[in-house]
Amino acid sequence: MALSGQGLGFGYGDSQVIREVDLSLAPGELLGIIGPNGSGKSTLLGLLCGLLPPNAGSVELLGRDLGSYTRVEVARRLGLVPQNAELAPGFTVRQTVLTGRFALQGGRMFENDGDLAAAQRALMDTGLTGLTQRRTGELSGGERQRLALARALAAEPQVLLLDEPTSALDLKHQLGIMTLLENTCARDGLAVCLVSHDLNLAGMFCHRLLLISHGQTLAQGTPEEVLTPELLAQAYGVQVCVDHEPSRGRPRVTLSAPPP
Amino acid sequence: MRATPSRLTAVCLGLSLLMLLALLVGLWLGTVSIGPGQFWDWLTGNLKGSSAIILGQLRLPRLLLAALVGACLGLCGAVFQAILRNPLAEPFILGVSGGAACGAVVSVLVGLSGLWGQAALAFGGALGTVGLVLAIARRRGSMETSTLILTGVMINAFFTALIMFVISTTTDQKLHAILFWLYGDLAAANLTKVALLLPVTLGGAGVIFFFARHLNLLTAGSVAAASMGVAVERVKMIMFLVVSLLVGVTVSLSGLIGFVGLMVPHLVRMTLGHDHRLLLPASALFGASFLMAADTVARMIISPSALPVGVVTAFLGAPFFVLLMAKRGSRWW
Repeated sequence: MALSGQGLGFGYGDSQVIREVDLSLAPGELLGIIGPNGSGKSTLLGLLCGLLPPNAGSVELLGRDLGSYTRVEVARRLGLVPQNAELAPGFTVRQTVLTGRFALQGGRMFENDGDLAAAQRALMDTGLTGLTQRRTGELSGGERQRLALARALAAEPQVLLLDEPTSALDLKHQLGIMTLLENTCARDGLAVCLVSHDLNLAGMFCHRLLLISHGQTLAQGTPEEVLTPELLAQAYGVQVCVDHEPSRGRPRVTLSAPPP
Repeated sequence: MRATPSRLTAVCLGLSLLMLLALLVGLWLGTVSIGPGQFWDWLTGNLKGSSAIILGQLRLPRLLLAALVGACLGLCGAVFQAILRNPLAEPFILGVSGGAACGAVVSVLVGLSGLWGQAALAFGGALGTVGLVLAIARRRGSMETSTLILTGVMINAFFTALIMFVISTTTDQKLHAILFWLYGDLAAANLTKVALLLPVTLGGAGVIFFFARHLNLLTAGSVAAASMGVAVERVKMIMFLVVSLLVGVTVSLSGLIGFVGLMVPHLVRMTLGHDHRLLLPASALFGASFLMAADTVARMIISPSALPVGVVTAFLGAPFFVLLMAKRGSRWW
């Protein structure tokens, strides 16, 4: 397993944000975490990358307890794209992507050819090659999101966690980012775990979905198994229709509203 | 500008030349002008009399101290701006210099008036204030401009009151010296002070430069920095100690010289960009030249009398600060 969590819990006293969550992520797999607002999706991601310490259970990264790694050792294996792309002001796009190489540079003060090549690949993959000299403050929301992804990809991680990677993107870039993640999974065996609000996008690209509600696992399995009207009604408290989208035949969720 | 070893070398060479120029001009200019002939005699050890004393015992130590203090303040400004993620952060504005001054004043009060005792208590004062500032910034991971300014104003108000209280109990003869010191003055420079500050500056600058790439990531934000492999709390703690040491020792030797840490890193960023591998060394070297030049102006402007150099830096720095504030909203990092 690339990444796995057993009996994960997080919270303070009676107010547990996460309770008894188990999950596993294999190399080359794309796992989507879905659930309503405030269900603990982002907290779960925080536990999985080691930035939040679980108060129950444990996380294993590549077969070793996450707590036994130093921060830089984690960063060499696992990348994180946080929800609000945190970018250094004043840095250009290329400089920002190069900072992503930090964990691999050790004590080296300056970038070498390997760093430059990895950054260039990440810029190409995310479609940012035309913007390399642009400063982070001049970017649109979607460009910032892609830049944060490029910075994480530049470190060539084995596991990548993303919090709402497509939330600020238009249709073209949503498709672009999801295909990129799918291809990188298939090509390099990258294990991806992403939190998403977009059930249809998640259902279309993820191999498996984890539905959480009130910090607990409601369902885990293939999109067909998880995206059912019953489970979604239970999680979100609304009636939905589920049919199949035409391109891949994956489940498609639409709200069912009363007639006008 | 992308940081490469050759660019770093070029920047350091260029700014070292500027520093040398500032030193030569500072030695030459003054109430008593020293011509190139006399200067050459002094360099070769053939100059006797009052000119030799003016050069060797007055101007040279004063310029060297200015250079070291300027380097420290430039560096500290850059580090504060990175860690608090606010371009207006600076030791003087944050009240850290005030805390150090307070420590130095207390050292006089309790009878620890030697250079080391004063520096030690000033370091303590700076440490306490930086701790307070970081505790306030901690909750959000960065510092809003309004919080930053208000914190600084309140810390400074408190320390000013405390310093005034101490001053009220001292004799009139000391008053002039204390007052000048509070405005940042280099008139009392001597080679002993230079010898105390030199190793502190070199050591501090070395440690800070070692963390240049960490600071690059910290300006992006704590979560991003941690996810990319920075031990955020540990790096912040080390920076916190080093910066407190530099500010503490600097203030105990030269008083409250404001705004250098604001202006110097900003001017460097405008030309060299934001990468700390270039920004830090350049801020140190340019800060040195800047304060040597400012002190030369302070000595010349109301000659034969001299201003505290802090008056000159405040005349330049306060409008600079207001300008930066006014530009807020557009992209001023």
